Amino acid sequence: MSINPPSNRLWWKEPIHGIELAWIIIAFLWGLFMFFFMIAWHFIGNQNLSTETYRVTPDQFVEKVEAFAEEYPLLDASGDPVDIEGTPVVSPPAGGDVYMLGRLWEWWPALELKKDQSYRFHLSSADWQHGFSLQPVNINISVHPGYEHVFTLTPTQTGEFGIVCNEYCGIGHHAMSGHIRVVD
Amino acid sequence: MTTIDHGAIGYVGPDIRYRSCPFTGRRIERSAELLIRANAVAAVIFLAVGGFFGLMVALTRWPAVQLLPAEWFYLVLTGHGANVLLFWIVFFEIAVLYFASAVLLGCRLATPRWAWLGFGLMVIGAVMANYAVLNGDSTVMFTSYPPMMAEHWFYLSLIVFAVGALIGVFVFFGTLVVAKDEQTYEGSVPLVTFGAITAAIIAVFTLACGAIILIPTWLWSLGLISGIDTLMYKLVWWGMGHSSQQINVAAHIAIWYAIAAMVVGARPLSEKVSRFAFLMYILFLQLASAHHLLAEPGMSSSWKIINTSYMMYLAVMASMIHGLTVPGAIEAAQRRNGFTRGMFEWLTKAPWGNPAFSGMFMSLVMFGFLGGITGVILGTEQLNVLMHNTIYVPGHFHATVVAGTTLAFMAMTYLVVPLVFQRDIIWPTLAKWQPYLFGLGAGGISLFMMGAGTLGVPRRHWDISMVDAAHQYEFAPAAYLMMGLNGMSAILAAAGGLLFIVLVVASILAGPRLDQPGAKLVFPLHDAGAQAVSEYGSEASLKIPGTVMLVAIFFFTFVLYYFVNWKYLSELWLFN
Repeated sequence: MSINPPSNRLWWKEPIHGIELAWIIIAFLWGLFMFFFMIAWHFIGNQNLSTETYRVTPDQFVEKVEAFAEEYPLLDASGDPVDIEGTPVVSPPAGGDVYMLGRLWEWWPALELKKDQSYRFHLSSADWQHGFSLQPVNINISVHPGYEHVFTLTPTQTGEFGIVCNEYCGIGHHAMSGHIRVVD
Repeated sequence: MTTIDHGAIGYVGPDIRYRSCPFTGRRIERSAELLIRANAVAAVIFLAVGGFFGLMVALTRWPAVQLLPAEWFYLVLTGHGANVLLFWIVFFEIAVLYFASAVLLGCRLATPRWAWLGFGLMVIGAVMANYAVLNGDSTVMFTSYPPMMAEHWFYLSLIVFAVGALIGVFVFFGTLVVAKDEQTYEGSVPLVTFGAITAAIIAVFTLACGAIILIPTWLWSLGLISGIDTLMYKLVWWGMGHSSQQINVAAHIAIWYAIAAMVVGARPLSEKVSRFAFLMYILFLQLASAHHLLAEPGMSSSWKIINTSYMMYLAVMASMIHGLTVPGAIEAAQRRNGFTRGMFEWLTKAPWGNPAFSGMFMSLVMFGFLGGITGVILGTEQLNVLMHNTIYVPGHFHATVVAGTTLAFMAMTYLVVPLVFQRDIIWPTLAKWQPYLFGLGAGGISLFMMGAGTLGVPRRHWDISMVDAAHQYEFAPAAYLMMGLNGMSAILAAAGGLLFIVLVVASILAGPRLDQPGAKLVFPLHDAGAQAVSEYGSEASLKIPGTVMLVAIFFFTFVLYYFVNWKYLSELWLFN
């Protein structure tokens, strides 16, 4: 009985049943496989989120984002800056740096990216923690104030994509949104 | 010298009273019994409060209903987490620890006064936390990530609660020493006690992490510390937040073994294997803080891989071992009980009308299939980015903590009420149905939240239609369907939970008295339950074909779902 002391005081000397032993071996090998598969994906896969991180103060990061938005504004045919719902759209050069700021309660600025071009994303927060959640792609990354997270991102689809916030950030959390457009 | 030592520790004064349990033949000490009762009652009260908050949350997240306004939603969600994830579970666990030490070892509880002090602190902490949350100044979610700041009472309340719980854990350790010293048992402690020791050791680590992070955060909220590093907070906080769930795992697996022993007379297939699996928990489960940091900046990939895999999945291996040995022990016992036909007669003829058994077995199945598999997927370094902070995460942990732990604790309560409160279950027919109602609801909550999460629905979010947002984003219609089904499942689970609370309270207050001679249990224990010493179940050839089939189905599901997720990941935008 599991609720009584083992009747055999030398229980650790009892042999293990074949069924149990076989299952232990299977479970152990499967664990090893899953462990090494994570490592292997760093060599064979294309979805390994970079962990490159820099310390930054929220003010410094806001300055960088604003400079980025001023440098590469998307212009319409008549040369005027384009915005989506009041948020300026920035069109960075392919292969270039992209800055994205999470703050109460928006993702700023909006972006126009090119399909199959890679960008160096810089992600941080001006205030509280936020959750960068790109939909419907379903890429979800935590965003911390004070840390600038740098990773490469290559869109593989064209279309309009939404960014929602999936880290609770106060009463306006559910209204926090952003936009990325991917064109050919 | 020996005499003095023995006299000092083993003194049995007039205030130490034992009674003999007529159903199990066990010696039960009065103060242990009273403390188990007090902790179990407190647990059920906070389950009622937290469960009510949970229903409010689910009905608000049902898009067609959206019951509460946003402010109330976030407030109630904070309260839901604290009351059920912390207060209900930890109060019940303290009761389990006292049961697994004093009752199973047949000894007195060490330092009952300290145990009452611990209980008092836990009650004060839990009431304070509810006050702080309902006051409206501490809507920071259960995780309270800085730099968002709660009222200082909120952090203090959690610290007070944790100190109380820690005292309870040390009373448990003290009781083990008392039992050993007074020689109330022979040889090694029972397997269930071993599992409880595992839970208690993890609890010390957990509560230490809580103290390490909550004390500075409290000082910060008082203005005595200028800032709390957000990444450091998350790392250490989850040393408490995730490890506290590992206490649950160790505790509810110990309960699976206990219920299987008491209801069908199961004994471990092999003491060595089951204890080895618990030992793996002690060694590796604490690494799981990393599960919450896979989508974070800062930590290196090698750190993430080592920690998130519990050191090469050795703790996952341990859970998979219990996944074989618990149903295996039940099958072996049922075959001894005479149900030997075919592969599954042992299962079809199991006491499904006994809520302790049905709750326990559903907890086992849902914890493994819904909670365990999805936990490994979520905790895979690269796969996490698909689901991090979506409602898939609450889906996963409702499978582990609600369908797994809570259902197991409810099942155990159907044994605690008659054996410790000495009152029988008052309405057996309702009690028969209760685990099914709650289990169905809890399973539904888990599945539908996970389904919505794969469609990107965020957790802790008042309005996925995003009416107030500048940039509209339209979630897939299936996501709305899933959230609606989640709301309906929550109603089922809440009905099951309410029924449980009514049954427990009514049974304790007005159930048939069992302290009279000749009283019988409506849900009888296994005949051999009163055996003082067990026999080791080593038949020369162990035959558990049904369990082997169940485990094979589990493994197939696990491998299939694992690779399905890698397939999804391979189609994601590239990170290079």
